[in-house]
Amino acid sequence: MKFTLSWLKDHLETDAGVAAIAEALTDLGLEVEDVTDPAAALRDFRLGHVTAAEKHPDADRLRVCTVETADGPAQIICGAPNARAGITVVVASPGTYIPGLDTTIQVGKIRGVESHGMMASERELQLSDAHEGIIELPSGEVGQSFADWLAEHRPNAIDPVIEIAITPNRPDALGVRGIARDLAARGLGTLKPEEAAAVAGRFPSPVGATIDGDALPLAPHFTGRLIRGVTNGPSPAWLQARLTAIGLRPISALVDITNFFTVDRNRPLHVFDAGRLSGDLRVHLARGGETLEALDERSYTFAPGMVAISDAAGVQSIAGIMGGAPTGVEDATTDVFVESAWWDPVGIARTGRALKVNSDARYRFERGVDPAWTRAGLEAATRMILDLCGGEPSEAVEAGAAPDHARAYRLDAARCASLVGMEIPEATQRGTLEALGFRMEGDMARVPSWRPDVQGEADLVEEVARVASLTRLVPQPMPRAEPGVPAPILTPGQRAEQTARRSCAALGYNEVVSYSFIDGASAALFDGGTDATRLDNPISSEMSHLRPDLLPGLLQAAARNQKRGQGDLALFEVGAVFHGGEPGDQRTQVAALLTGRTGPKDVHGASRPVDPFDVKADAEAVLAALGAPAKVQILREGAAWWHPGRHGRICLGPKKTLGVFGEVHPKVLRAMGVRGPAVAFALWPAEIPAPRRAAAARPALVLSDLQAVERDFAFVLDAGVEAGQVVAAAQGADKALIEEVRVFDQFTGGALGEGQKSLAITVRIQPTDRTLTDAQIEAVAQKVVAKVSAATGGTLRG
Amino acid sequence: MDDLRAKYLSRIGDASDEAALEEVRLAAIGKKGEVSLAMRELGRMTAEERQQAGPRLNALKAEITSALAARKAALEDAGLEARLAEEWLDVTLPGRRSGRSVATGSVHPVSQVWEECTAIFADMGFRVAEGPQVESDWYNFDALNIPDHHPARGEMDTFYMARADGDTRPPHVLRTHTSPVQIRAMQETGAPIRIICPGRVYRADYDQTHTPMFHQIEGLALDRDISMANLKWVLEEFFSAYFGKSVKTRFRASHFPFTEPSAEVDIQCSWEGGTVKVGEGDGWLEVLGSGMVHPHVLRAGGVDPAEWQGFAFGMGIDRIAMLKYGIPDLRAFFDSDLRWLRHYGFGALSVPTLRGGF
Repeated sequence: MKFTLSWLKDHLETDAGVAAIAEALTDLGLEVEDVTDPAAALRDFRLGHVTAAEKHPDADRLRVCTVETADGPAQIICGAPNARAGITVVVASPGTYIPGLDTTIQVGKIRGVESHGMMASERELQLSDAHEGIIELPSGEVGQSFADWLAEHRPNAIDPVIEIAITPNRPDALGVRGIARDLAARGLGTLKPEEAAAVAGRFPSPVGATIDGDALPLAPHFTGRLIRGVTNGPSPAWLQARLTAIGLRPISALVDITNFFTVDRNRPLHVFDAGRLSGDLRVHLARGGETLEALDERSYTFAPGMVAISDAAGVQSIAGIMGGAPTGVEDATTDVFVESAWWDPVGIARTGRALKVNSDARYRFERGVDPAWTRAGLEAATRMILDLCGGEPSEAVEAGAAPDHARAYRLDAARCASLVGMEIPEATQRGTLEALGFRMEGDMARVPSWRPDVQGEADLVEEVARVASLTRLVPQPMPRAEPGVPAPILTPGQRAEQTARRSCAALGYNEVVSYSFIDGASAALFDGGTDATRLDNPISSEMSHLRPDLLPGLLQAAARNQKRGQGDLALFEVGAVFHGGEPGDQRTQVAALLTGRTGPKDVHGASRPVDPFDVKADAEAVLAALGAPAKVQILREGAAWWHPGRHGRICLGPKKTLGVFGEVHPKVLRAMGVRGPAVAFALWPAEIPAPRRAAAARPALVLSDLQAVERDFAFVLDAGVEAGQVVAAAQGADKALIEEVRVFDQFTGGALGEGQKSLAITVRIQPTDRTLTDAQIEAVAQKVVAKVSAATGGTLRG
Repeated sequence: MDDLRAKYLSRIGDASDEAALEEVRLAAIGKKGEVSLAMRELGRMTAEERQQAGPRLNALKAEITSALAARKAALEDAGLEARLAEEWLDVTLPGRRSGRSVATGSVHPVSQVWEECTAIFADMGFRVAEGPQVESDWYNFDALNIPDHHPARGEMDTFYMARADGDTRPPHVLRTHTSPVQIRAMQETGAPIRIICPGRVYRADYDQTHTPMFHQIEGLALDRDISMANLKWVLEEFFSAYFGKSVKTRFRASHFPFTEPSAEVDIQCSWEGGTVKVGEGDGWLEVLGSGMVHPHVLRAGGVDPAEWQGFAFGMGIDRIAMLKYGIPDLRAFFDSDLRWLRHYGFGALSVPTLRGGF
């Protein structure tokens, strides 16, 4: 919402400057977004008098002028044709910034003659486009500020423009008078009384108006009148200046008048060229299918139930949103029908949204136009039309009535202190409400018609508090609900996320936060990309689906980093992934990705390509930090985006998967533009069983004083036999005595046959009650060999 | 006897290695060594002679023994020094990292600030509530006093989920704010309540200062007598703890459908030299929206507005992270550029705590 200071002063008697007004507006909740004060840019320009103008010795078109200035006589070279002795001019002394030239004037030599400043044209001062010559003033004293001269003689030229943001609850502030009322309530001036005389009609309106019964809920009130014999054409300069200042293009007097009241009083109006209407106007619900060529030169087709205004020939207006082009006024219009009506905000919003039409009228009716000022708006507009365009007014036509807006709420003076924490005397509270247009009846505050937002007692408190200024709020300590040391507040899930995050970072991974939506093709690679997770209005095709997994985001990040020359990556993310489009169809995942080498080439020779065992160790470390059981199974048959032979699911039983690690499928890498190798893990923290014991105490530590014995075994096996089988079999040989089985070597080739491998394990035997004899140890060893052979078909290597 | 002494002390001094030294030892005090033999002669001496020679021989033997030990230690030291000299290493070579030698890992600023915020609010008795990121339009709008036709809906740049044909429910949305979590939390526990709700939110907007996804933290406190003045205190306490210096706030009247009265909150800052410094100067920077929870919102959460009242606020986590840590561009938060992650990230062990400071 833009308005000028002089416009505001039409409604507000005030001496306050533009800075004080802007500050008050922001504090009142009408946040100032911009103040343009043309006078500020003209502060350094002063008036001068040209006492002599001689031809420049070396240039025919230049004159060497002697100018009497605030600082005494100055020599200024000027090329303007009207530069001559005897005129009063606007002088920029050296060091002055010229807004229209975007330059600062310096003392200079022009064709060998010194020039001390400049005499300005209107365009150079951004007052108008005039540049035929320098400004010649009819009055003014040498040394007088040009801004002061303008304020006195051409105030419109330096009228400050204020732009404020309007929150949806304040339609009244979409009119200049509403803004003035707020400022008056704050004490920045007095609201001027308004003229309210009705215009006496001289003849019955030849155009009548009716509202269909079923349209009344959406179109309760319609008023209008015909004015004949008007002279349309450009509106007067003051009106054009007002509209131009706030960014509206003057069109013709009749249209400019409707725009004036739209801004002045938030009262949208419509003018029909009565000569192009046939018969009476009828406000009704559209049957559906009617079309209208509107003023924005687009064609609209009505849906059933939208409100239309029709004459005998058909639909002529989208009620409250936009009129039709065929009945719009033109310069040649002589008979005009002025419409001032009130439309239901919800109906306007629905129609506007459905027709995808944005207009100033829609914006205002949707937020709420003062329902009690419909007829008054017609009278005010009539007066101005008669003033500016002449003509003869008919009697007003009126259909329906203003909707009932009467309501009142109790002002509980103590509520302000309780809710806001500010002590404001009751008399002040009542005074504030009255200044805002509320009518106090005892302790009941009757809400003014222009404040649809006030719907309860809390709104009264809001009005009182904002007018008093929230800057007066003094902080009041809020004690803890429970005294003493605060109890922990994080849920187990929140702690798990934090632990996983810090563990990954400790393992050398860099945390990323990537968008929750990705492109459909990438999502499809990870079992997503279906309609269930599709956005209806994505911002781009790269962000069309909710992510089914964190890996595609990590892979895209890897591809971007690889393009920037960063190839050795360790990235991770902790966040939600989505398996459906319903609230709650989300799980928290921890995922990490390694690409490239373990590090740059290194003097210690440690650099090598990353492999699945890197991510396996890291996944196990994170799971351990999250309190997952140490005993897990590694199963295969994970999702299709893993390398089929190089991944493992970390499971508690066949149905409970805590996570997956492995190499990403080469096809997926290719599709996502990632250079391999790329290995990753993905974990589901919520799958980890909660610890059974809540107590902090650990189980007792059982230590054996007896020496443990380690025995090494090497087996020759089929290459397809997994180390896990061998370890499990060995462990099963004597559950009481065998404490640990470790794989420490594997090799193929050499003397081994094709399809064979050798696997070496260390078995740690921990006696429990007495030291074992050699024979007892040997017996355990025998059982290990037997078990492993039975389970795997392998043989002990001699 | 003085000859013996001079001879062996000299030979000990000349011995160049342990073998030579052993030879000297055997020759002097070995079983058949000269000193040992001389000591055997004592038996044949007269008592008088013995009284003279005995102590002298004993002293000689002791002197030789200690000279041998000293020489042995000296030889060992020399040997060790020679070895150490050979074991010189170029210690300016890079250190060996265990396992993968990638650079240090890091935690994203959004996560770090999440933890900072929760640490501060936990101390004031707020717990952390969470909710789904796909929301029904009831939780995201209606329950927050934004009915279907409300202009605020159009201004939110909402992302809608696609609806299957035949599904006539209003489309779900990607939550446009963390405020729906207020409703869910109220429904769950009722009043009194103190929660913060940090999380991802979505708006269909992308430019210099907007990304279609960002992070908000919502606060809600309900009790019998909580006022806006309490809100001001809580926020000033929060900002002062978060920025590590006293930060004043300024409340300006505003409007949000879910609060009444509503206020935009500015924090004190200076703008010198094109950079924002929070907590100094006399400029103001808008950082959050807040207010007293609207009675309709309380009712939607199943809380009786006649009995309970309180405040709610919402601010951008990314934004306060940018302000505190001098991060210039919001879009870079979600770009996963390794160089950015390393520069603006935090160490694994830099867990923010109130006692240790941030």
